Amino acid sequence: MTTALIEARHMTRILSGVVPVTLVQDISLTIMPCEFVAITGPSGSGKSSLLYLLGLLDLPTSGDVLINGRSTRTMTEEERAEVRLAHLGFVFQFHFLLPEFSITENVALPMRALGRLAPRAIVARAEDLLDSLGLGDHLRKTPDQLSGGQRQRVAVARALANDPPVILADEPTGSLDSVSTEQVFDILRDLVEQQGKAVVSVTHDLNLAARMHRQIRIIDGRLASDERSIGANA
Amino acid sequence: MNLVLSIAWTHVRHRARQTLVAIAGVMTGVGFSVMMAAMMEGSQDDFIKTLVDALPHISITDELREPTRQPADKFYAAAEFHGLTPDVRRPGIKNPMATIASLQSWVPGALTPSVQSKAVLRFAGRNLTISVIGIDPRTEADVSNLATHMKQGTLNSLYRSSNAILIGDRLAQKIGARVNSNITLASAEGSTMNATVVGMFHSGFRTTDETTGYVLLKTAQILERQTGIINEIRVRTQDPMQARLISERIGEQTGYKSISWQEAQEDLLSAITLRNVLMYTIVGAILLVASFGTYNIISTITHEKTRDIAIMKSLGFRDGMIRTIFIVEALLVGFVGSALGWALGYLMTRGLASLEFKTPFSDFNHLPVLYSVKHYLLATAVALLSSFVAGYFPARAAARLHPVDIIRGAT
Repeated sequence: MTTALIEARHMTRILSGVVPVTLVQDISLTIMPCEFVAITGPSGSGKSSLLYLLGLLDLPTSGDVLINGRSTRTMTEEERAEVRLAHLGFVFQFHFLLPEFSITENVALPMRALGRLAPRAIVARAEDLLDSLGLGDHLRKTPDQLSGGQRQRVAVARALANDPPVILADEPTGSLDSVSTEQVFDILRDLVEQQGKAVVSVTHDLNLAARMHRQIRIIDGRLASDERSIGANA
Repeated sequence: MNLVLSIAWTHVRHRARQTLVAIAGVMTGVGFSVMMAAMMEGSQDDFIKTLVDALPHISITDELREPTRQPADKFYAAAEFHGLTPDVRRPGIKNPMATIASLQSWVPGALTPSVQSKAVLRFAGRNLTISVIGIDPRTEADVSNLATHMKQGTLNSLYRSSNAILIGDRLAQKIGARVNSNITLASAEGSTMNATVVGMFHSGFRTTDETTGYVLLKTAQILERQTGIINEIRVRTQDPMQARLISERIGEQTGYKSISWQEAQEDLLSAITLRNVLMYTIVGAILLVASFGTYNIISTITHEKTRDIAIMKSLGFRDGMIRTIFIVEALLVGFVGSALGWALGYLMTRGLASLEFKTPFSDFNHLPVLYSVKHYLLATAVALLSSFVAGYFPARAAARLHPVDIIRGAT
């Protein structure tokens, strides 16, 4: 039996304060290899909060998140950081690249932090990744010298740097034009179909969501539906 | 380059103006600290050297460590006596030559006997009380710098005539005496003698130059009316700093009062210690102020880099790594500032040392400064510590940032 890459068990996240706010309530789900999952729902429904919980950027108030079958509930912040570095890749709506570094250096950062590869191998892999995403001619450029779509492709390359089995994307096409949106979507789809990775993406775009393998709909922090698209056509 | 170092370097490099201001702050702090330390310690060393050169390192006098017990006390310990005439002790050190020979066997340095006496000097109708010191010219040069302080005549001039005397130049000026002038000395013991001025010295110490005269041992003994008396043995140790320890041992061995130059000048040395405390306080304050600049730049970078910190943390950078990045940035400012501060401090010290000013005693003089690696290392250590503290708090705050809060805010 294949182990789930991510498994959420009765996960609830409540923001404490004078008036406690429930972001996510009692959500259980699993993410398996080669899944292309869309998380949809209205604004403020808890889509991004769910993604951050699945990506260990936030801690559930109750419940648990298992990564490769391993509970993260009792992990220290250092251990969770280690899991993020090695097993999860993030793509945000606003590329979030470090502005002073070249795009090659940006992609190399997670590899350098993990420290598994030699410096030359890191640079070679960063350049290969960028080249495979059509950015081979811009290796020495800084993010501000690229278009929005190109920056988002750099962000995808950075998410892939440590070859994680899961990519978590928070509205990756939210700030892109239609052409760039298609390019980024194709890249994400190829990651699933050609590289066997699981991609979980928060999106407002229902057309894009419909072209993914699975749609999870969140309303008021609860899991409203979890449907597999039969014959999803990219 | 190491990941932490390369991120830190990139951050400070991209804020060149702010970084330069912070570096200038540290540089100024280190530079002025080095200069002040060089000047203060230089003048202190110069002062101590002058003091050490002018005085015997150890002076053994004929005073006993314990007051003499009267015969009645020795025989009737339980009784108390009043009105008895005290036993008069003969002044002077007992068997002085044997004592000197005994001390010479272990004291690292030179010893010479002398006679300390007070007399009234009469010349041209003026009467002045002076210290008359009987010396042995053959060994005097080994224990004092009198020979080098001679302006007219030499120590051997004392052999030139009977009752010859060397006097301080200020004393000569005061009474209007010159070489070959005949003066009269009257001691407290009632003896009077005529003496001839055969030379003049200038030690640099006003009191000595105004109130001291040197004669032969024999002349001083005649003035004291005590044939063969030696009431002081003066010692010059090879290492002046060891004088206190040697002095204690001499005191224990001979039973006479033995005073090192450190004890004799305790008040001055205490003042120097106090001055050093003040100096290091000021130096510390300068570097503390410089550290505010470093704190400012690191705080600013941390604030500006909030989003980058969130990104790095979301990628999986550990808190310790984030903290180290900003501490390294502060230390970079500290290191570069210190290195430039060394150059600034050295140049300012050289500038101070080259200043010339006139003194009443010599044609030209320079401000005494001391070049010491210790000053540079100390200033650097304080600067780096200040930089570390200045960087630590913003770095800790940066490491504690919750990435989700920043990412939510950005989106």
